[in-house]
Amino acid sequence: MATELGPTPVKGPASGTTPVHHGPKGVGEDNKILSQGKWASWLLAPTIIALGIVIVYPIISAMIMSFQKDAGLDPVTGLFTEGGPAGIQNYVNWLGQQCAAQGGGTVACPPGTLGGQFWTATGTTFLFTVITVAFETVLGFWMAMIMARTFKGRGLVRAAVLVPWAIPTAVTAQLWLFMFDFNGIINKLFNVSILWTGSEWPAKWAVIIADTWKTTPFMALLILAGLQMIPAEVYEAAKVDGATAWQRFRMITLPLVKPALMVAILFRTLDALRMFDLPYILTGGANNTTTLSILVINQIRQGFNSAAALSTITFIIIFLVAFIFVRFLGANVVEQSGATGKGKK
Amino acid sequence: MTTTTASTALRAQQDKGRKAAQNREKWASVRTYVSAAVILIWCLAPAYWMVVTAFREVGFTYDTTPWPTHVTMDNFITAFDTSFGNRFGQALLNSIFIGVTVTVISLVIGVFAAYALARLNFRFKYLVLGFILGASMFPGVALITPLFQLFTNIGWMGTYQALIIPNISFVLPLTVYTLTSFFREMPWELEESARVDGCTQGQAFRKVIMPLAAPAIFTTAILAFISSWNEFLIASQLSNEATKPVTVAIASFAGAQPNQIPYTAIMAAGTIVTIPLVILVLVFQRKIVAGLTAGAVK
Repeated sequence: MATELGPTPVKGPASGTTPVHHGPKGVGEDNKILSQGKWASWLLAPTIIALGIVIVYPIISAMIMSFQKDAGLDPVTGLFTEGGPAGIQNYVNWLGQQCAAQGGGTVACPPGTLGGQFWTATGTTFLFTVITVAFETVLGFWMAMIMARTFKGRGLVRAAVLVPWAIPTAVTAQLWLFMFDFNGIINKLFNVSILWTGSEWPAKWAVIIADTWKTTPFMALLILAGLQMIPAEVYEAAKVDGATAWQRFRMITLPLVKPALMVAILFRTLDALRMFDLPYILTGGANNTTTLSILVINQIRQGFNSAAALSTITFIIIFLVAFIFVRFLGANVVEQSGATGKGKK
Repeated sequence: MTTTTASTALRAQQDKGRKAAQNREKWASVRTYVSAAVILIWCLAPAYWMVVTAFREVGFTYDTTPWPTHVTMDNFITAFDTSFGNRFGQALLNSIFIGVTVTVISLVIGVFAAYALARLNFRFKYLVLGFILGASMFPGVALITPLFQLFTNIGWMGTYQALIIPNISFVLPLTVYTLTSFFREMPWELEESARVDGCTQGQAFRKVIMPLAAPAIFTTAILAFISSWNEFLIASQLSNEATKPVTVAIASFAGAQPNQIPYTAIMAAGTIVTIPLVILVLVFQRKIVAGLTAGAVK
């Protein structure tokens, strides 16, 4: 299966074709590209095949599974259900928050069951994504602007921002769990007595703050790299023309850094949509901090096929968001990171 | 008479302007330093707190003195203690083994793809690049269900290969696109001169380009290792007691009392897991930042 899914991206010239060196220029160029294409397909084949095995194969088998019924005892009704083709029933169940009912058919999932959490989990995931990415963009932009200035100790600041990035998320989660403890440093520092992981909004804020801490550096570094691409002369010229700091920011910095900024936001958004480690360890998904990823993980042990449907839905949601970014918001990832520059002639 | 007054007034005004400009500059630099201090505190304070707590006696877990007090090494001994069912030492070895294997596999496969993407002209180049970038953004949770079932069926649950193979799904794309952007920056004229001197493309790659590419490959290896080292979702589902990596071990760290989280020991374990990475990252700071941002700009 994997080899079928790993097509060689380029067909080389048919064997026996001799390169035309003396023909018109265009033909020669074409042949050069073709022979490079053959060489490229050999070099790319291992990667394409490997990704075919570890990504394309699982995603297709997840889709196949998602159209199957889960055999076994229904956790809600205690009835034994047979496997077999389910059509789109798994999807309908998740989207409509329906669970299997006694004597066939479906009823609305009782509160507390996984099936009844789809829309709250989706809402939580998007809430986390929008708030954390907004915070990270603003904070990251500010950090990048500071780091782009020349001052003594700039190297120290640039090194320091790498520290939160380098700490594994699982450790970050435990660290913030400790700091958010009722007797912990945060309550003491701000002289409050909040049970951070004990109720809905404090728990959500705990996740948001920890995530912002952990991932802002990445954002800041991406934006900084974008800022450094802007030639200093542009600012000098604007200064001579009497542009204020705010005008320089709005008319020069923002538009010129926009391509890098959009890619940074896209990367972070897609990353935030699959958020798992932090809420899973920090709150265990309690108090409405269950994200879609956590819901899938909780579902796996209750039924593969249903979990496969949910993970496919998650995948489609993330894909759609990425599509919207690239199509409508102009986040040109391939062009930004792609084969422009020296390699392309 | 009038001219002198005018010129004095003018000079006074100029002086004023210069002073205002100097003042503004001074304030700007003060603001920069204050902002830099805020960034430093925001980034380092939580990490500092982890280390301070790691060296604090258990009885003073919730002590909030900002500097190290009640210093002890006990927590590090507790972290490696297996009597509560924690296998932190084993988990460290597992993480190193998994990380190194994933990194080596990804580099060996990815270096060829990166070379092709950076150097060669061929049709569907952007399609392949898009596919690889898409793969790196792929949600791990979409892989876990079929892999969980597959590995259960073939009896691979909890084995090292069950942890290594899924990690390749995100480490390999990361490797390819980081290497691709590094490769595009290299002095390829040397390759051409080697070819003029009679090397084949393969020889030119091995003898000229590989030595030049070594720093890029090394940096990519660090990034690849870190991303494998940090993986939690897949490992939390597919590993068992014997094969679980440090992230999973730290997330489920047990203490003497079942309902009390052994924070000091966890912070000690977290420090052990983090310090080597932080040192590595700080030493190779420039290269790492270049590698991290390579995908997004240029």
